[in-house]
Amino acid sequence: MKAVVTVSGTDRRGIIAKVSVFLSEKKINIEDISQTIMGDCFAMIMMVEMSDCGEDFALLAEEMEALGREIGMSVRIQHADIFDAMHKI
Amino acid sequence: MFNSYDILETIGMIEREHLDIRTVTMGISLLSCIRENADATAKAVYERVTKCAERLVPVAESLSREYGIPIVNKRVSVTPVSLITASFPKESAKIALALDRAARELGIDFLGGYSALVHKGTAEYEADFLETIPEALASTERLCSSVNVGSSKSGINMDAVRMMGRIVKKSAELTRAQDGIGCAKLVVFCNAVEDNPFMAGAFHGVGEADAVVNVGVSGPGVVHHALSHQPDADLTDAAEIIKRTAFKITRAGQLIAKEAAKRLGVRFGIVDLSLAPTPARGDSVAHILEELGLGVVGCHGTTAALAMLNDAVKKGGVMASSRVGGLSGAFIPVSEDIGMIESAERGKITLDKLEAMTCVCSVGLDMIAIPGDTPESTISAIIADEAAIGMVNNKTTAVRVIPVPHKTVGDWVEFGGLLGRAPIMPVHDGDASKFIGRGGLIPAPIHSFKN
Repeated sequence: MKAVVTVSGTDRRGIIAKVSVFLSEKKINIEDISQTIMGDCFAMIMMVEMSDCGEDFALLAEEMEALGREIGMSVRIQHADIFDAMHKI
Repeated sequence: MFNSYDILETIGMIEREHLDIRTVTMGISLLSCIRENADATAKAVYERVTKCAERLVPVAESLSREYGIPIVNKRVSVTPVSLITASFPKESAKIALALDRAARELGIDFLGGYSALVHKGTAEYEADFLETIPEALASTERLCSSVNVGSSKSGINMDAVRMMGRIVKKSAELTRAQDGIGCAKLVVFCNAVEDNPFMAGAFHGVGEADAVVNVGVSGPGVVHHALSHQPDADLTDAAEIIKRTAFKITRAGQLIAKEAAKRLGVRFGIVDLSLAPTPARGDSVAHILEELGLGVVGCHGTTAALAMLNDAVKKGGVMASSRVGGLSGAFIPVSEDIGMIESAERGKITLDKLEAMTCVCSVGLDMIAIPGDTPESTISAIIADEAAIGMVNNKTTAVRVIPVPHKTVGDWVEFGGLLGRAPIMPVHDGDASKFIGRGGLIPAPIHSFKN
């Protein structure tokens, strides 16, 4: 299953590192990544593959939100299908 | 490959513009629950509803978490109850209590279908059933009721219209401690649809499968936001913007509907692509109309703007879903829409203008508080006018007015939550009692003979 991870907030050091380590520990593979900084606002989007991750999705989403609070960012994970559904014909 | 703009747009719609799935509604047939008496039927109904919809709330919640989109309401609609209590109609309230208990057990917010379809005539058992509605609404918390009094094919059953004026009044009286909230759960329809997921008018039609999942999408805030980026677009371009936005909103609904049906092991019914407002700021249909250039909703031009909005929503939505149904269009409830509330407070929108608007939008006079001393015959006459609009124009129309006991023009009513708040609006004081008292059937219009 593919999912999209989005991270946004005020830019600071080590954001990608923290999120990547978390994903790696959960056996989630990053397939694509894009990052922009506008002013001091940081926005990152990752496409991830999570077929090796055995964890319950809801629990994982909660853990990612907790990670977000820890690093002072908004971190969310969503099933990729919602974006395909809304933006592809 | 993914497109960052698309992803950020979706997240913006959800986080800032109130995009949500307004309701996942499971339609359940109760025809198999008919027993020899009311108590046995009530028991069978309770067991069937709680078993069928057992996983509705947890499934909806897990979908919401996985796809990152709020699912605001989880609901159930059932076969019109008048059909299953035909042998003991005066005891129908026992079924009402069983359904309300089932709704509480399931953790859903509303359960619709305490309904009767009397558009061509009122059988004796149906007349007895209609009399139980006020008590049923007063003694339950989550039950919703609807009555279909007319259709384009059959005409308008004016005997039922006359009865419903009295029943609306009595429903308000029996819930006077809560400003007549019983009436907020009672809809009188013309051309009622059998797969509507929205309350209070949802019921599960007899032509439907055993159990289905219908989904109602929403997103007035998203449409408003999209239009606000193009303040100088002409109306052709504005309609295109609305269509594109409706497409995206509906696709989200279609995805959730299909997945919910799969996980619940029932059929995917329809997506209802309605713009349903809430009293929250940024979630208003009235504000979309004002964004299109109206000084205030209710001024001249409002009907034209609403016609365009309603049509563009349908066109975008139809392309996005394999099965569209329900009411599908723009809703214009007064107490549930902050823009409508503000306009009504300033006296800028009247019942007459709202009636005109119902000619071109998806429903009817909705969530309108009127003086508590409004005569029964006047309420019947309001219902008759709306039913006539629906009958002649081949569309669904509805009346959900609340004659708020002991309140009059200048007072306010607060229902709270999604039901919102509203000022009491004036009604015309001319007397229609002779007309309503005639009864009979207004024949179907000539253009209904299509066979």
